[in-house]
Amino acid sequence: MEITGNEIIHQYLRHNKKFPHVLCPGCGHGIVLGTLIRSVHHLGLPKDDVVIVAGIGCSGRLAVYVDFNTVHTTHGRALTFATGIKMANPKLNVICLMGDGDALSIGGNHMIHAARRNIGITALILNNNIYGMTGGQSSPATPEGAVSMTAPFGQLEKSFDTVQLACGAGANFVARGTVFHVNNLEKLMIKAIERPGFNMLEIITPCHTQFGRKNKYKTSVEMYRWLKANALDRERYEELEESKRGDKFPVGVFVERDEPGLEERYAELKARFSAGRNG
Amino acid sequence: MARRKKNKEIFALGNEAVVEGALIAGCSFYGGYPITPSSEIMEIMAQRLPMSEDGVFIQLEDEIASMGAIVGASMAGRKVMTATSGPGFSLMQENLGYACMTETPLVVVNVMRGGPSTGLPTSPAQSDVQQARWGTHGDHPIIVLSASDVQECLEMTIIAFNMAEKYRTPVILLLDEITAHTREKIRIPQPDEYEVTSRIVPSIPPEWYKPYEETVRGVAPMPPIGSGYRFHVTGLTHDVNGFPTSRPDEVVDLMERMHRKIDQFFYDIQMHDELMIEDAEVVVIAYGSVARSAEYAIEQARSSGVKAGLLKLKTLFPYPRRATEKALANAKSIIVPEMNMGQISREVKRVNSGRASVRTINRVDGQIITPSEILKVIMQG
Amino acid sequence: MKDQAELERFEIRFSGLGGQGIITLGKVMGAGLSLGHGYNVTQTQSYGPEARGGSSRCDLVVSSRRISFPKAENLDLLVALSQEACNAYYPYLKPGGVLIIESDMVAQPPTNQYLGLPFTAMAKDRIGIPQAMNTIVLGALTHLLPFAVPRIMRKNMEEALPEKIRAINVKAFNLGNREAKKHFGDVPQAWADMVVEHRKPEKKRSTQKK
Repeated sequence: MEITGNEIIHQYLRHNKKFPHVLCPGCGHGIVLGTLIRSVHHLGLPKDDVVIVAGIGCSGRLAVYVDFNTVHTTHGRALTFATGIKMANPKLNVICLMGDGDALSIGGNHMIHAARRNIGITALILNNNIYGMTGGQSSPATPEGAVSMTAPFGQLEKSFDTVQLACGAGANFVARGTVFHVNNLEKLMIKAIERPGFNMLEIITPCHTQFGRKNKYKTSVEMYRWLKANALDRERYEELEESKRGDKFPVGVFVERDEPGLEERYAELKARFSAGRNG
Repeated sequence: MARRKKNKEIFALGNEAVVEGALIAGCSFYGGYPITPSSEIMEIMAQRLPMSEDGVFIQLEDEIASMGAIVGASMAGRKVMTATSGPGFSLMQENLGYACMTETPLVVVNVMRGGPSTGLPTSPAQSDVQQARWGTHGDHPIIVLSASDVQECLEMTIIAFNMAEKYRTPVILLLDEITAHTREKIRIPQPDEYEVTSRIVPSIPPEWYKPYEETVRGVAPMPPIGSGYRFHVTGLTHDVNGFPTSRPDEVVDLMERMHRKIDQFFYDIQMHDELMIEDAEVVVIAYGSVARSAEYAIEQARSSGVKAGLLKLKTLFPYPRRATEKALANAKSIIVPEMNMGQISREVKRVNSGRASVRTINRVDGQIITPSEILKVIMQG
Repeated sequence: MKDQAELERFEIRFSGLGGQGIITLGKVMGAGLSLGHGYNVTQTQSYGPEARGGSSRCDLVVSSRRISFPKAENLDLLVALSQEACNAYYPYLKPGGVLIIESDMVAQPPTNQYLGLPFTAMAKDRIGIPQAMNTIVLGALTHLLPFAVPRIMRKNMEEALPEKIRAINVKAFNLGNREAKKHFGDVPQAWADMVVEHRKPEKKRSTQKK
């Protein structure tokens, strides 16, 4: 199902929401939102059945523009609201939009438990390595040595590996993509939405305003070039000797399991009781 | 046989009565995290909800997540609740504020124990009264109820759900450890015996629907997520469409409507019981299990010829000003016994504004205020 | 109910060690007196680390009127199944109140005015399981309490128990009831005005020696 840019605007963006949007020039978040809309369109999901649950931060602001059921929640807690929505009505497609600070720092506990209980939610983590909306402070994904407003002498702490975290916590599907590799991102996102259980997709998206400028990137274009140069298919990355890996990072699918989501297992439990009631 | 059925009685804990009340009121979603002395509520819900028609039970990773999950489930159309105690209630404040801001109906039962912090885990207290009113940041309307015996636990839980749904607001039901952990015979009402209220849903087409529109009652219809009414919900200050705004006129409209929807229904929300108050010269104002001690003390005082009376508060906030003023009419002195350092007595003093003498009895040692303690103060005149 | 005594306020405390079934005893008696006999009853108990640390306590307040204050302060009846519990709670017994002890466990009663039976040994030797001890106490108390009717109490107990352990508990209840009749004699003097008119005699009774 091909869809043109105009059709996307007419079908999926809210007509009564006043633009312009809040995103900076060069931001990758718009690419994520476009990919999300195309993925939903590709899967043919009715707009009424799609729920976008967003946290706080630049990523959280994306929800307001799209014509789905949208819930802009509190900082770090998107997954908790999404858990309630999914358990209350398992027919809904629940997609969480979170940032790196949102999902991994303040919401880190919710992230590991959502993955552990394998609840049928799609978690999109937009990783821009920084707290963008609040002015460029360090997040748990800020690379060691990078400069931020709260690490003016360089970040001392190591950063989280989101993919490893989700794998370890037991998610059904774990993947990473970038906003430079858009076609690949769309394929990953379609999978992350249609599959059962907890599906985590980390999306590397540049923030030139708050991260790039203070580090080594003169323009936002340079950041996209960096993505192009350093994102490697998982297989190719693993073949690479450790000494040659440098800034390179793996993208693709890391875990793909078909275990039933919590809401499906709960439905099975209820079916046992209702069979007892009726028979 | 039919008569016997009509009077189904059980010998139950206050916490069990809460569950019975919730199920009668139509609660079909419980999300929570265990904490003494409220855990029985969660344990019984874990048994009952999976066996019920459409009930959902989920144990969350903490109380922050519990509150998030029930807000989400309420948005998806469920009647929802959670139960906790002081430390958990502190963690819930963040998303409780979100529920106030997004006008999401829900019920929180807080079985109070001694604080601050981990405090006295299994001892009674009434130390979360002001937190229930002002615990989450920002000006917000909220309804806080209390119950003093096991039958009331059942009844006030039903009322809590009804008010939450009717006014689209969080309702906090405050119990104390004594009420929650006392067993008494209670009557389970028949399904048709209680009025059960559900939130109104829009009847207009989705394209006309404005989720935060002004209405006669100040409460807008609320459709469940996924029913064809797609709109935006945010904890940011929002306009009638639910979109974020910082325009002063839109901000003030929202804030005033949110408060007005509660303020104009004080007559419905503010509940109390009176005992021998008409001619009372000494009035005890109490709530929760302390009201039972007070009742005992007042009976004894009357039998020694002292004109004592009881104003038992069932609604704590919005504070029942009118009932207090009535009690103050003849009273020479007011006694406010509480298992805290004086959290309702400050409300009483505010309403009293110097008319009668207000004395307090405060205990924060994890022990109940006994009838004899109250009687002693009554007899002082 | 017509055969109800007019009770102002009657306070009972069960106390002893964790594992003796004190709480269950209180719950079953409370349910029996409220649901079966129609009295108002409040039951409270010790919670938390206190309950796990060895001692256990369970209180009942019984009244034919509405009970305002739910806790026991002034005991009409103290059941002490350990020396420690007896020492701790004897001061709360009101003048004329009745003390019942486990006569093997409470070696040094604080007074001569008490009633005692070796409940634990009775459970072991005559029922075969020590866990039946609390039901023997229930049976004995049902004899002693002037406003309790054995038939009703036993029926309520049976309803509360799972099928598997019903028969053995009925046996224990009857043993306690019988032995109390034999050794405790009639209702204590202080409670004479609380006797229920319709305390029907048991149909079957083993031979009574007095």
